Amino acid sequence: MSHQDQHTEHLTHPNHTLASPEITYEHEPASNTKKIWKTFWILLCLTIAELALGLSHYALNIHEGFLLTFIKGAMIILSLMKAIYIVMTFMHLGDELKSFRLTILIPLTLFVWFILAFLWDGVAWKELRRKFDRVTPVEKVEQTPGKLN
Amino acid sequence: MSTHVPAGFKWWSGGKSPYNVSYGKLMMWLFLLSDTFTFGAFLISYGTVRVSHEYWPDPNYVFNAFPFMGHANLPLAFVSLMTFILIMSSVTMVLAVHEGHKRNRYGVQKWLGWTILGGTLFLSCQAWEWTHMITGSHAVLINGQVEHIGSTIAANPYGPVVPGLTDHGHAVTQPGPVAFGGFFFGITGFHGFHVFSGVLLLVLAFVWTRIGRFDRVGHYEMVEKIGLYWHFVDLVWVFVFLCFYLI
Repeated sequence: MSHQDQHTEHLTHPNHTLASPEITYEHEPASNTKKIWKTFWILLCLTIAELALGLSHYALNIHEGFLLTFIKGAMIILSLMKAIYIVMTFMHLGDELKSFRLTILIPLTLFVWFILAFLWDGVAWKELRRKFDRVTPVEKVEQTPGKLN
Repeated sequence: MSTHVPAGFKWWSGGKSPYNVSYGKLMMWLFLLSDTFTFGAFLISYGTVRVSHEYWPDPNYVFNAFPFMGHANLPLAFVSLMTFILIMSSVTMVLAVHEGHKRNRYGVQKWLGWTILGGTLFLSCQAWEWTHMITGSHAVLINGQVEHIGSTIAANPYGPVVPGLTDHGHAVTQPGPVAFGGFFFGITGFHGFHVFSGVLLLVLAFVWTRIGRFDRVGHYEMVEKIGLYWHFVDLVWVFVFLCFYLI
């Protein structure tokens, strides 16, 4: 028996085959499915809230301004919350070792710059269009609600 | 989750996975991480092009149809149904993984079956939505002529309304930004391809479960790995839903 086996022998389940010899211990299966269903209800509520926000600016005819930005920001935050629940509970990342969690999550911070840089570029592009496009600009055109059938 | 390692346990001393995950599971995670950046790049390029335009169609006007409801104006109703189907299939998937932890073959089989059904339903919905987008025609003013066009990667009928012009009672629009179709069909298509390959993997897992392969091997880790992929597909949909249908 190697040194490692002596150390970790008692950690493994007696009746279960480990999925791989690389694993030191396996999680005990959850005793019930309460957590799964709780997460389902949370995801459903978040989705309904998103839909309500998505429809609100249509129903209230909000086409621009601070309120629209606020509604869109709220929908982004709700989506991020959904993502966290899916990754942490459904994909069980929350149950993994901290070192593994960080290995997966830290690279995602690249998205912060990725998003900022490209949206910045998009805005700069829009400025160029305003300056150089010879086509009649379609600025501030209001959409007529519900007429596109 | 009562299993704990002794204090000061040396995870990095070699001879074992320092992350306590198998090679296969680690590789699935790393693949999903790279796929996150692929989808991220698609969605961010869509964002860049979208903010660079003065005008972009409002999804509430574009996605307002529902099967068998004719011309009823039901903004976002159908995509809500699709979202619900995908969330539900994620729940049945995690229930299959849960039964796999308990080595319960019939439980795994049952929940995998429901997940396959959910995935197939989602794909059918997407097929309907694409067909409706491509074949549904709208009156658009092109070079001074009113033409009836659908949404494709080369044409977008959802432009600004031409004031005072109607065609059989419907408002006539200018052509919208062409990039809309390319991004919409490209990104939802790439996501749909992931759903499709996920369904194939689920069918494989279902067959392997049924013939008792995982019972012989002694564990259901393959179901867990396919489950990771399936949840990722749901995760991507959260952001496709946000970027194309909500914002």
